[in-house]
Amino acid sequence: MSELLLTVMQGARRVMAAQAINANNLANVSTDGFRAELVHIGGLAEGDAISSTPDLRVGTVRTTGNALDVALTDQGWIAIQTPEGTEGYSRRGDLHVDAFGQLVNGIGQPILGNGGPIALPPFQRIDITSDGSIAIVPAGAEADTLAVVDRIKLVNPDPARLVRGEDGTLRMNGGAQAVPDPLVSIQSGSLEGSNVNAVGEMLKMIDLARQFEAQVKLMRTAEKNSSDLATVLRLN
Amino acid sequence: MNQSLWIAKTGLDAQQTKMSVISNNLANASTSGYKRSRAVFEDLLYQNQRQVGAQSSQDTLYPTGLMIGTGVRTVATEKLFTQGAMTQTQNPLDVGIDGKGFLQVELPDGSLGYTRDGELQVNAQGILVTSSGYPIQPSVTIPADAQSVTIGSDGTVSVRTPGAATTVEVGNLQLVDFVNAAGLQPIGSNLFVESNASGTAQIGTPGLDGLGTLLQGYVEGSNVNVVEELVSMIETQRAYEMNSKAIATSDQMLQFVNNNL
Repeated sequence: MSELLLTVMQGARRVMAAQAINANNLANVSTDGFRAELVHIGGLAEGDAISSTPDLRVGTVRTTGNALDVALTDQGWIAIQTPEGTEGYSRRGDLHVDAFGQLVNGIGQPILGNGGPIALPPFQRIDITSDGSIAIVPAGAEADTLAVVDRIKLVNPDPARLVRGEDGTLRMNGGAQAVPDPLVSIQSGSLEGSNVNAVGEMLKMIDLARQFEAQVKLMRTAEKNSSDLATVLRLN
Repeated sequence: MNQSLWIAKTGLDAQQTKMSVISNNLANASTSGYKRSRAVFEDLLYQNQRQVGAQSSQDTLYPTGLMIGTGVRTVATEKLFTQGAMTQTQNPLDVGIDGKGFLQVELPDGSLGYTRDGELQVNAQGILVTSSGYPIQPSVTIPADAQSVTIGSDGTVSVRTPGAATTVEVGNLQLVDFVNAAGLQPIGSNLFVESNASGTAQIGTPGLDGLGTLLQGYVEGSNVNVVEELVSMIETQRAYEMNSKAIATSDQMLQFVNNNL
């Protein structure tokens, strides 16, 4: 096969992969706390020439009025427990108390506190303050008996060290754990949506489709070159 | 074949589900005791095409990897138990629950259901029932000759009978709460049943242990915020369009290959 054809095929394959990542971002345009995956296409010198990193921009925040919905006000992450028991980081803030009193997010990942997953005693009322402290009025107590039971572990590790696991949850590379960061704050009663920039993704989609067409055009040229060559050879 | 086609399809499915949830909320905008639902989404598994931090040579590492996501799915449609607006009806058998808690009712199969709809009635035997005719548990019987019924904020039901100078207490309405009310399973007819996720029912007196109080002569309306639902509807429609656009684009790419090669 001609070298041109091989190169062009690689290019088309990369564009298809980029388009898949793009489609995934668009599919998650209304997934709470979702972080878009950014595609980088470079020259062949950079190894596989296409790579992706999580987009760390803050998504749109909407008010829900639900005391257990929390949104991070700026950069930062809520520490959660992954299925294998290690620490993961998420920006999903749709919290719940499950049947065992454990604080979990909307997809059932336990939220980590000062010492592991947060478990709450039966309560009448719950408040989550901006530093992540959870204050409850225990069941059966007077309305002014406020007890701080735990504090959500809020972290802000170096973004370069965050990698996405196959389940979509971000982790620190090398299995490290982030240290709690007192500067990260949350706001109760609101939820952060997806940070996918829908218009940007649509434009990227069009751009990628055109790039793909250019690659296919080149394939056609390569084919024409070889058929022309065959014609010339036949004349001789 | 083309991954993006299938990924965008999951997006369409998710938005379709969200639309159904919104429609159901809007349809129940004036159902007493209705609690609105919200669709919860999660991204699907990622395909790790190149591990971040893998060796690019003996001494260097790839600073970034290549992760291709496979779309989105609806994990749950959760109920939001915020308070609905209280409407005064003056009907003595209407009770609104102000705060946490559910009325416990006995379903026809003998199991227990829970409701926030306090539009109570009296059946032929004088027993307090819900508008579907299911008796309230613990059951309360109103004597046939009762002239007036009073339901206190702590659930005490008392009646006045002809010739009697004082009212007589005939029973108590009790409320039930759950550790995770959002984990209750809605079964329609304004009823919920207990599930593994909700925890077990804890019965108590209204006004105590964090339970809400009862308001006689009031009905708790639906907690659907129509404006909010309409805004979500617009958002859902546009997200749906974007995903169908992604399908159309992937289709055009394949079409271009077929036509040109």
